[in-house]
Amino acid sequence: MAEYSSSELMCVHSARLLKDNDRVLVGVGIPNLACNLALRTHAPNLQMIYEAGVVGSRPSRLPLSIGDPTLVSGAAGVCSMYDLFTFYLQRGNVDVGFLGGAQIDKFGNINATVIGDYSHPKTRLPGSGGSQEIAAWADRCYIMTPHQKRRFPEKVDFATSAGYLNGRAQREATGVRGRGPLVVVTDLGIMEPDDRGELILTALHPGATYEKVKENTGWDIRTISDLRVTDPPTEKELRILREELDPRGIHLKGGG
Amino acid sequence: MTMMTKIYSLKEAVQENIRDGDLLYCAGFTHLIPFAAGHEIIRQQRKNLTLARATPDLIYDQMVAAGCASKVIFSYMGNPGVGSLRIVRAAVESGQLEWEEYSHFGMISRLQAGATGLPFIPMKQTAATDLERNNPNIKRVKDPYGGKDVIVVPPLNPDVAVIHVQRCDARGNAHIWGIIGEQKEAAFAAKRVILTAEEIVDESVIRSDPNRTLIPEFIVSAVCLVPHASHPSYTQGYYDRDNAFYLAWDKISESPDAVRLWLEEWVYGVADRDAYWKKLGSETHNRLKVIPRLAAPVDYGNY
Repeated sequence: MAEYSSSELMCVHSARLLKDNDRVLVGVGIPNLACNLALRTHAPNLQMIYEAGVVGSRPSRLPLSIGDPTLVSGAAGVCSMYDLFTFYLQRGNVDVGFLGGAQIDKFGNINATVIGDYSHPKTRLPGSGGSQEIAAWADRCYIMTPHQKRRFPEKVDFATSAGYLNGRAQREATGVRGRGPLVVVTDLGIMEPDDRGELILTALHPGATYEKVKENTGWDIRTISDLRVTDPPTEKELRILREELDPRGIHLKGGG
Repeated sequence: MTMMTKIYSLKEAVQENIRDGDLLYCAGFTHLIPFAAGHEIIRQQRKNLTLARATPDLIYDQMVAAGCASKVIFSYMGNPGVGSLRIVRAAVESGQLEWEEYSHFGMISRLQAGATGLPFIPMKQTAATDLERNNPNIKRVKDPYGGKDVIVVPPLNPDVAVIHVQRCDARGNAHIWGIIGEQKEAAFAAKRVILTAEEIVDESVIRSDPNRTLIPEFIVSAVCLVPHASHPSYTQGYYDRDNAFYLAWDKISESPDAVRLWLEEWVYGVADRDAYWKKLGSETHNRLKVIPRLAAPVDYGNY
């Protein structure tokens, strides 16, 4: 079996969540690699949209920021950010959004704003950027993050973006169109929301255990009886990632 | 008829248009960030500015470090693609800098309201209410047509917007291409607009491609010819982003002494952007060169 880093593992499993013709709002870093991997494998008609206002992007090099010029050269279209957030996202023209943050809680709510009190922050994080609206209005949201206890508290200090709030019904009552965080990909496995919107473990990566997931989760995480084991990254997926997408290992070397 | 030009040196434009205490919007989402103007403002030691930008980026990190600001208004406070924006962050954490925060959509909706003369702009609910609870400018109003409540934000009307463009004419009709983030909105929202341009071209060049004009002359106060004004950010088609500098700043900004030395050498120690660019040297110039990729010509028709 091929050797791979935990970043490569998360990237591959995120790519597999994308469908051909999906309109995906791409972030930089691992989500960008995941989308470009999907484009080069099973989703040749993936529509990559960037919050800076780029639509149908075909980056020919690894974008190093959310507004890299390579996103524009060869893209299908460019618009203002106001147009991007209204015509595309608010109107319902985005199928998939990728999200991340310092904390993700039991109901998939995300904190990217502050640790501690908002007015007197212990640690000030970057803040929402586009994520508050992406989490609400993209049809499907996927979260990618290493599995560490401090990243998965029972409740976030600050909800920058909504998951299922305190339960699925509460999110639905707000009328937001997006279906919420449907999958959380970590380096140990995959979590998905149950009927009430609580994240439960539904798959383990090869070599990982439920015990290890429990040790690294801040709530008493439940699992299902037919827990599956994920298919490891293929040689082809790894070759595309390493040779075509991130040959210098800028994003992929992380996480051992 | 005499040709009206608004051409000034950047030094004059800052002297004339930016005052202590102003609300300033230096436009550009990653692209076309007007660093040259930021450095000139530092050299002229403006104080108590309110600095608004979706992403404060290194330009505001440097201006906060130089003591120009008393407040920031933002929606993503990071070093894009690198990590933390250390100086702004430390000033916020220690309470030295006042701040006001939105999501990107909230921030650009404020500009859109300011640019279009509206008292507020509605946005659909997002189900995330913590920011709304902490920022009294974000309000919830009843949909008069019976739908769900909407979230509203008030207009943002900066005293001054600084906008870097690829090219404009001497009157200020400006072409921008590549990522057009919030430049047009910032320009129409502001009371005064300073343009810095890679090139000042004849009016006929602008009129050959009117669809590319985002900013009309009559909202522009000053036009400044400042090639390379957005380094270490980039200008599409002219030069690349200096990612190495964004990484270097992550280290420099860890130490107040290193920041002081950097400002001394690269801001106070150079007269203007030409001197700064020359000082960067040929290795950097070559590294940031861009291979041309021309658009197919469009035919407007000779009517």
